[in-house]
Amino acid sequence: MRLFTILALAVAIGLATAASPFASASPDGLERVAEDKAFIDTGRLAPIQEESPVPDYAFPGITDERFATAVAGFTGTLIVFALGFGVAAAARRTA
Amino acid sequence: MHIPDGFLTTEVALACAVPAVVAVGIGLRKANVDLDERRVPLLGVTAAFVFAAQMLNFPVAGGTSGHFMGAALAAVLLGPWLACLVLAVVLGVQAFVFADGGITALGANIFNMGVIGALVVGGIMHFARTVAPKALLAISAAGAWLAVMAGAALTAVELAISGTVPLGTVLPAMLGTHALIAAGEAVITVAAVSAVLSTRPDLVGRRPALAGAH
Repeated sequence: MRLFTILALAVAIGLATAASPFASASPDGLERVAEDKAFIDTGRLAPIQEESPVPDYAFPGITDERFATAVAGFTGTLIVFALGFGVAAAARRTA
Repeated sequence: MHIPDGFLTTEVALACAVPAVVAVGIGLRKANVDLDERRVPLLGVTAAFVFAAQMLNFPVAGGTSGHFMGAALAAVLLGPWLACLVLAVVLGVQAFVFADGGITALGANIFNMGVIGALVVGGIMHFARTVAPKALLAISAAGAWLAVMAGAALTAVELAISGTVPLGTVLPAMLGTHALIAAGEAVITVAAVSAVLSTRPDLVGRRPALAGAH
């Protein structure tokens, strides 16, 4: 299990870091529909999101856009892994 | 397909949060009751992979992109309820850290991109009564496509009930755009399930029970 976990995590981190800067920047399905049907402007950030740590998948303080995305992907994948692992481990222990 | 705040009325957002909270609660109970220790890392790694793959928007027709959602993959690997937990972790981090998807809309996003797809795939696996590799790949493909389409339809209905856009306008548009995105979801899900089947077939050899509580 340990080897599989390390390998799979490496694949996830690799994708989030190396491939994410080259992902399509076009609007996604819902954004496209929201633009076409003219309700995109009803969307807004929640107040708490105005000071989001990594807004729009661009790590703050990095001017190169692709590098900022790569660092955001790397960081996010580790956070999600830790949280997923942590929640599962904590839930298991709670009787 | 992340709904930002403002697209849904508070009432609709809250109504969607109810099934999301219930599903995540069942997922937590599942993790407590029958997640054996060696599968704990699998939950973390599935969440990490889903997050990573969600960043990789792929182009579909007409200046539109789509991204992987992951409910089907998580449901094949972990069963439907733990899949809800995985997607809640991913979508929660996206909303709070990356400002992707609203805060009041978080429940709706978990419902649309997690719960509905996980239950569709869990239902198919339950009734298919087989975990033969070939059957699993077919379930992964069909389940992934249906999961995304079901999520797109739900999103359309929520937008319509909120009065944001008429159902007759938004439903065909959402289903039309997402038919191709759902095909991408099917390709990625089948590739990921194949990769797990070829390295650790024992991880997907369990037929998850649909029943939530023991």
